Amino acid sequence: MTNEQMTSSETEPTDDQLAPTPGTDGLTDTADSGADTTTDRTLLEARNLDVYYGEEQALSDVDIEIPEKQVTAVIGPSGCGKSTFLRCINRMNDLVDSARVEGELRFDGKNVYDDDVDPVALRRKIGMVFQSPNPFPKSIRDNVAYGLKVQGKDDDVDTKVRTALERAALLEEVEDQLDSSGLDLSGGQQQRLCIARAIAPDPDVILMDEPASALDPVATSKIEDLIEDLAEEYTVIIVTHNMQQAARISDKTAVFLTGGELVEFDDTNKIFENPEHERVEDYITGKFG
Amino acid sequence: MAADTGETPADGFGRVSRTKDVAFRLLALAATLVGIVSLAALLLNVAVDAVGWLDWQFLTNPPHPNPYEAGFLPALVGSIAIMLMIALVTFPLGVGAAVYLEEYADDGYLTRFIQLNIANLAGVPSVVYGLLGLGLFVGLFNIGYGTILAAAFTVALLILPIVIISAQEAIRAVPDSQRQASYGMGATKWQTIRNVVLPRAMPGIMTGTILALGRAIGETAPLIMIAAPTTVFGLPNSFFSKVSAMPLQIYNWASYPQTEFQYGVVAAGVVTLLVVLLTINSIAIIIRNRYQQRT
Repeated sequence: MTNEQMTSSETEPTDDQLAPTPGTDGLTDTADSGADTTTDRTLLEARNLDVYYGEEQALSDVDIEIPEKQVTAVIGPSGCGKSTFLRCINRMNDLVDSARVEGELRFDGKNVYDDDVDPVALRRKIGMVFQSPNPFPKSIRDNVAYGLKVQGKDDDVDTKVRTALERAALLEEVEDQLDSSGLDLSGGQQQRLCIARAIAPDPDVILMDEPASALDPVATSKIEDLIEDLAEEYTVIIVTHNMQQAARISDKTAVFLTGGELVEFDDTNKIFENPEHERVEDYITGKFG
Repeated sequence: MAADTGETPADGFGRVSRTKDVAFRLLALAATLVGIVSLAALLLNVAVDAVGWLDWQFLTNPPHPNPYEAGFLPALVGSIAIMLMIALVTFPLGVGAAVYLEEYADDGYLTRFIQLNIANLAGVPSVVYGLLGLGLFVGLFNIGYGTILAAAFTVALLILPIVIISAQEAIRAVPDSQRQASYGMGATKWQTIRNVVLPRAMPGIMTGTILALGRAIGETAPLIMIAAPTTVFGLPNSFFSKVSAMPLQIYNWASYPQTEFQYGVVAAGVVTLLVVLLTINSIAIIIRNRYQQRT
């Protein structure tokens, strides 16, 4: 298995679409393919993915195929590696000195850990929203425009900022105060601001690392509604420790259990109603975790 | 029930001696007062001596052999010119070094070695820096004995470690979540430093730099080493003008035989120096407070 994957990664990584998924036209141009319809095309695919922090193994032999323009939830107990998995996708783990990644993680057919992949360029295609809202101490406008600015997409910034705020369901609340500080907003608004900031440069994927865990229930439900809407245009991968949340908003669910193992990955309904593995059922029904 | 403090042990829970508590409290208070009282006495003494001497004429005249006509202007302007030059030199160097050490350098032996040496350099006596300045700037680079440039570069070396360390602390205090947010948006390291780290660390960096300037303004030994004149009669008109500084001029006056110099004129000079110093420190505090409201 490993050998086969490794050799295939060395041959023309862009063209070969390993994923045996139906309905794919196999080409890398994703921008316009089926804007509103849910396809089952695999956008992200991990093969034998191992991650180590120093000596400690955080992810163990993960295989997963994440479909385009759907919400994929990643759940599991603390320390199961779910955040690590998320941070592998846009190579944020590169920022951790001790982190080491083995195996493959294909985005649009291309292994993102190939030598010729620039992690900065990769992150421009994969937006990220963090656990606690982390807006910059800048105006709301400048916060949303940040990605546009650093990525050099600085034509027509105002329209893009408004569009992003609207998609993040925040425009109505902040329309009159675009020049006031992002830090003046409430926690829930700040998180939606961070979502607007992530989607403003129009990435393909949005990674969310427990985006609602620092928020109150009302703000949480707003974020959840928003995530479902976002999946119409973006591939959303959300890490959550809240199983009800995963059940409510996701199409697919991946369950990581202790040791960084992906134990089960399937349609969310299947995971929550009839999981294959007893350990997953135990976790979901609250017997541990 | 035993309501009063009774005679018998059964009344309360017994007593624990507080003698050492009280004694230590008094001792600590005394330690605090020694410093504060002697400083206050000194300031008061100098201020009283300066009365009648510190006037507009003192601030606007050049030095003069007659104590009643002696002025401080060349030294005052010289000090300020040196300070501005020092700020121009230390700010970019200090911030650059701090950014490198905090954001770019790997946490290896070399970095730790550099770090340790910067901490040590911050403690090297200023007369040693004076000697270095004499050899390097006056000797090797030949920019002249006691010029503004020689003085500024020498004292800049002296305060550079302090600026670097305070800038490092300010940069380290920027929350990592801010960097993550920036990298997550596909920003490069430079974009992150430029747009996120430096703006947020700037008040701390400025405060540290200004406080270091406050230390620089009182430095005398390095200026003596690079042969800055103790008394200058004209104002500097170029970077290569010979320049004196307030502490040097004060030191010089203190060696004059007339008591009018030793008490009145020196005191006026000291008060002027202290006022400039406190002004610099207040600016640092204002900058810190203004930006600290938002975090």
